[in-house]
Amino acid sequence: MQIESKAAFESLQTESRARHADAQAEIHVCCGTGCLANGSKAVAEAFAAEAEKRNRNGGPKLVVKPTGCHGFCERGPLVAFKPSGLLYTKVKAAAVSEVVEKTVEGGEILSRFLYKDPTDKSRIEQYADIPFYKHQNRVAMRNIGLIDPTDILDAVAEGAYSGLAKALFEMDPDRVIDEVETSGLRGRGGAGFNTARKWRSCKKAEGDRRFVLCNGDEGDPGAFKDRSIMEGDPHSVIEGLIIGAYALGAHEGFIYVRDEYPLAIVNLMIALEQARAFGLLGANILGTGFDFDIKISRGGGAFVCGESSALMLSIAGKVGEPRAKYVHSTAKGLFDLPTVLNNVETWANIGAIIDKGGTWYASLGTEKSKGTKAFSLVGKVKNTGLIELEMGTTLRHIIFDIGGGTLGDRPFKAVQTGGPSGGCIPEHLLDLPVDFEKLTEAGSMMGSGGMIVMDDRTCMVDVARYFLAFLIEESCGKCTPCREGLRQMLVIYNDLVEGRGKNGDIERIERLAKAMQLGSLCELGKSAPNPVLSTLRYFRDEYEAHINDKACPAGMCRELTAYRILEDLCGGCHACVKVCPVDCIAGEPKSLHVIDHEACISCGACFDVCPDEAIVTFPKNTLFETEVV
Amino acid sequence: MTQEYCAVDLGPVAEILKDYPPEEASLIQVLQDVHRAYNYLPCDVLGTVAKTLNVPLAKVFSVSTFYKAFSLEPQGDTIIKICVGTACHIRGAGQLVEELERKLGVGPDQTTEDRKFTVKTVNCVGACAMAPVMIVGETYHGSAKPARIGKFLAEAEVDHAD
Repeated sequence: MQIESKAAFESLQTESRARHADAQAEIHVCCGTGCLANGSKAVAEAFAAEAEKRNRNGGPKLVVKPTGCHGFCERGPLVAFKPSGLLYTKVKAAAVSEVVEKTVEGGEILSRFLYKDPTDKSRIEQYADIPFYKHQNRVAMRNIGLIDPTDILDAVAEGAYSGLAKALFEMDPDRVIDEVETSGLRGRGGAGFNTARKWRSCKKAEGDRRFVLCNGDEGDPGAFKDRSIMEGDPHSVIEGLIIGAYALGAHEGFIYVRDEYPLAIVNLMIALEQARAFGLLGANILGTGFDFDIKISRGGGAFVCGESSALMLSIAGKVGEPRAKYVHSTAKGLFDLPTVLNNVETWANIGAIIDKGGTWYASLGTEKSKGTKAFSLVGKVKNTGLIELEMGTTLRHIIFDIGGGTLGDRPFKAVQTGGPSGGCIPEHLLDLPVDFEKLTEAGSMMGSGGMIVMDDRTCMVDVARYFLAFLIEESCGKCTPCREGLRQMLVIYNDLVEGRGKNGDIERIERLAKAMQLGSLCELGKSAPNPVLSTLRYFRDEYEAHINDKACPAGMCRELTAYRILEDLCGGCHACVKVCPVDCIAGEPKSLHVIDHEACISCGACFDVCPDEAIVTFPKNTLFETEVV
Repeated sequence: MTQEYCAVDLGPVAEILKDYPPEEASLIQVLQDVHRAYNYLPCDVLGTVAKTLNVPLAKVFSVSTFYKAFSLEPQGDTIIKICVGTACHIRGAGQLVEELERKLGVGPDQTTEDRKFTVKTVNCVGACAMAPVMIVGETYHGSAKPARIGKFLAEAEVDHAD
């Protein structure tokens, strides 16, 4: 059915909203990658079978929707009920018929599926009351979890494409750009460049053919907001791209998706197909005479292709090596033609901004960073998952109120933001309001919105070393400072973590970092020393301990760390024996256990499982002294 | 060995090439389809791709080695990917790699002699909330523990036999 007028679009909205009005309940089963790994596919199928059975027997209508990621992956599979607003966590397929019978039909709440607050152990019934959700404000992720991403009518019922209709029927292209300018929206890929300014500079560039591109090459380790948006609400991205194309006068668009996100590619393909079928994409969109279509370009597994010039080369089928940026891609981008490239989350915001107005969006956030921002909160934190918050929220609020604090309430050490271009922010800066400027001032950056929480058992020298190893693998190798600088730094870091650190190493690292910042060709190379410099800035004492004492204060660097079982505390539970990969722990159940230091590989598996906290770490070079004592 | 790599059926690649315009811009997409069909990029096939798309073979080789999704060596029946993104790293992905090495005798980017398993490390699959993550074939395993790896491998062998 091709929609060819404003009235036809409005009646499609009404129709799609009325579709499930006669349902007794809607059951939303999270089918994001996280919940799928926990078995949500079987749960969704079981619910669908139950609903089908009831519908066949003339019972009340139940609608079952497999939705995108609800964000609370830790507790999956998640099942949300409408209209009651109830949320069940960790639902198994075997329990589905009981849930339908007792909860959906009988109205009884099964407390074993309710979310248990980790701080006060209370059970929470309503989705909206759970701290993880309560503090969120979703704009880019507005429909994720509410809609079946493979059903365009579901998306339309929740307001998808109403921003597009408004733009096409009520606004001329320049008004659209004005509205985006009013909103103050800045690029959500990390650098935070003003979106409207980027659009205007592309519009000014000469050429009768231009492109809009979506960067879905979310390569920062620890970030997955773009994956969730593409999987859970692909229409928000498509709508944004169409509006952008209309504003810029482009007729061709590409969504570049990384190869590691197969479900995102499938859901985007389905969404594009459906949008074309309804006349929302393709020739003569909504009967207005505007033509625009989108192709999907799959990445090949190269981190550097998230960089704009590399991404454009990759779409053109070439090796993704960045070029110098004295000519902007807004003037000479894909195939050397004027191009606008924005991040998935940026595009997902556009529809809402046009629909609700730039002033509304600008009322959210801080003075220079407007609106909301999606983050993936992961690492050593209780409630891991995906969140969207107003800019300016403090790190403490995010980690402790929404995240519920560190795992096992261990001491908090740092939070890493901005991926390999970002840095580690220490405890004394926890009250920092998160926005583009504040993170940069703290030596980190916004990046793709990954927030990786680290506790006292994370070695900051090892974290910096980890990012170097990551970047060496991902550096495209075109320019020398990045390619060789990273390697030389890694040599020094390997010395540090293996007990060969010497005086002058820190200074050598700093000199190399400076050279890379000044000499690298692209932003990835220029920002590559950030994890190194930020850990040096805030955790210099850990570096010094590695060099001077040959000790790892976090007890993580294996060459420097040994483990020991404390006699007084060991209850002889045998848990450590079971997990030891090299069978180096001896002891009968209910009696003291002992680690054989000759065979121990210091992997820490025993430390993690000991319920009595009887296993402790100590510097390996004091092994002999400790044994004597 | 070389003989074995090159002696492949060129039927599938001919079919794949029909779907794409014969130009350089199609190269990566074609190679992805080829990789899926053959489970690696055989050298003869690369020659066919180069000729059809009118791209020098050297360029095809350059693209094939630049992108990590491509392998020039035959892969195992089941590909095991261990995510080594930041969240997985600090939650113990390294221990998974070691345990696999003990169990299978191969490290990252290697294939077992019986060609049953290929081990790969990947820089973040975006399932950070369930760290550490390993993907055996198509199945995602969240909060993976070294002690469970034996079970994952056994399941994969059964799946493949089906």
